[in-house]
Amino acid sequence: MERRNMLTLRDLASTIRSKNAGVDHITFDIIFKERVNFEKVRDAKVLSPAIVAELLRIPESRVTDFVVFEPANAIKFTIRRERPSGSPGERDVFGSQQYAPLFDVEVP
Amino acid sequence: MTEVTILCPTGHLGFTPLEKDSFLAGCELKPDFIIADSGSCDIGPYPLGADGQASPAAWQKHDLEVMLLAARRLGVPMIIGSASDTGTDRGVAQYVALMQEIAAEHGLAPFRLAAIESELKPAAVREMLRAGTPIHGLDGRPEADDALLARTDRIVAVMGGEPIAAALAGGADVVIAGRASDCALFAAPLLNAGMSPATAYYAGKLMECASFCCEPFMGKESIYGQIREDDIRVTAMHPGQRCTPASLASHAMYERRDPFREYVVSGHVDMSECRYEQVAEKTTRATGPRFVPSATPMVKLEGAGKVGERRLAVVGMRDPYMIQNIDKAIAWARARLAERFGKPEEAGWQVFYHLYGRDGVMGPMDPTPPAQPHEIGVVVETLCQDGKRAEEICALAARNLFYARLPEVKGTAGAAALMSDEVLTGKPGYEWTLNHVMPVKDPMELFRTRFLTVDGTARRAA
Repeated sequence: MERRNMLTLRDLASTIRSKNAGVDHITFDIIFKERVNFEKVRDAKVLSPAIVAELLRIPESRVTDFVVFEPANAIKFTIRRERPSGSPGERDVFGSQQYAPLFDVEVP
Repeated sequence: MTEVTILCPTGHLGFTPLEKDSFLAGCELKPDFIIADSGSCDIGPYPLGADGQASPAAWQKHDLEVMLLAARRLGVPMIIGSASDTGTDRGVAQYVALMQEIAAEHGLAPFRLAAIESELKPAAVREMLRAGTPIHGLDGRPEADDALLARTDRIVAVMGGEPIAAALAGGADVVIAGRASDCALFAAPLLNAGMSPATAYYAGKLMECASFCCEPFMGKESIYGQIREDDIRVTAMHPGQRCTPASLASHAMYERRDPFREYVVSGHVDMSECRYEQVAEKTTRATGPRFVPSATPMVKLEGAGKVGERRLAVVGMRDPYMIQNIDKAIAWARARLAERFGKPEEAGWQVFYHLYGRDGVMGPMDPTPPAQPHEIGVVVETLCQDGKRAEEICALAARNLFYARLPEVKGTAGAAALMSDEVLTGKPGYEWTLNHVMPVKDPMELFRTRFLTVDGTARRAA
């Protein structure tokens, strides 16, 4: 029952988004309005290259960048796309709807 | 100390129409330059490869007209980059023609226009490669080779601030640039004013997307920049928006892998020590960028090539047994397609089944696709060099779901709902073939500038 009450990124972050970073990558930004929430998530270490790779079911080698960006109270990571944006068979040409799984990441 | 002021009304001119009120409010402040970028790779490879555009011509003209009339009224230069979404020679010519049309419609007094082309012919790039110029892959891509260039239909080189600065120094009142780094449009006049590349390109990086660097979120509203050496002040022009340290800093990391580095032809801006502070209700000041020059200037090349003709069909499923066994049904359909048309990789065709309602948006990256959705919408996508064949493959790929053979199907009159028994003709499929950089001796060498006088009074008099 305790787990059910645990805060998630959806509760703590003010912006959770994904977007193309060039044609071969999608970048994810988790931005906090309150510094205290940013620090809570940063220090809880609930996000890391290994964790986001597991969450998105991709090998960790496809997580190309992971940055804690202090000036914007933000955590940012970038993944390599399966194929370049807009190629035949691609699903999200702007890369703008890939962030939903981050909502439910729990923060102790 | 020198101060240059810039008004930026939109982050992608023409993509949706700019908002006029905040732009006119910005004009009241008498900016020294009016600048907007008109391009993006986000629209996918089709517009570049097919040399089309992603924005309606009417919206492009709307934005150009609002900006040109203000610039001529204020008597200040106007700079547009990545003309018509892609920055090809077609895009530059289109925008030059729009400038002439708008000038004639409004009887504008003569002004000097500089058009800067940045398209490169694939054959010319192949020659450079054969002559020994390496073309390095970005973002983990391998070096370009002859085969990759053979698959490329169209290429643009991405200019830095140098060609634009030269055009302004040459007396241009209006600059229409081909493909350019967004930040280079803003950097050009700042470099001419004697500012460092650090300040110039960093100011451009902060301002390039207009109101996206302010809060709350609004697109197509104007922002006003006051730039001095290592002192960049950005102000929101919309009455409901503010530029804050958080909004400006978070914009610095938007759409990029690395929030600390911005690469241009001559080097990169290091933003890791930048500081942001609120200096007025709607204004934030940014300071502290550094510029790291590259040993050799490197020009980015963007290229796209055609993969094949594309066809689409829409199919729905409601039967819970079919939904539960959708992967088996698709496997069966694929096997039948291969029997008829040959193996895809050998026979030169492709099929994709997009399962909306299950994982159509994220595909294999979705951690929680529902096991039993209420219904599934399938978009069938096929590609083949030959359009007729792509159509035939698509029809069978869709109908094979209708006839899918699964052991316990009760609905034996059809295992899927065809939205209509129709194959839709999509735009041809293209892919990004080049996301590369090429060393050059001179940052100007791949770009071609011509000057012309636009006289809006001439046609009227005649």
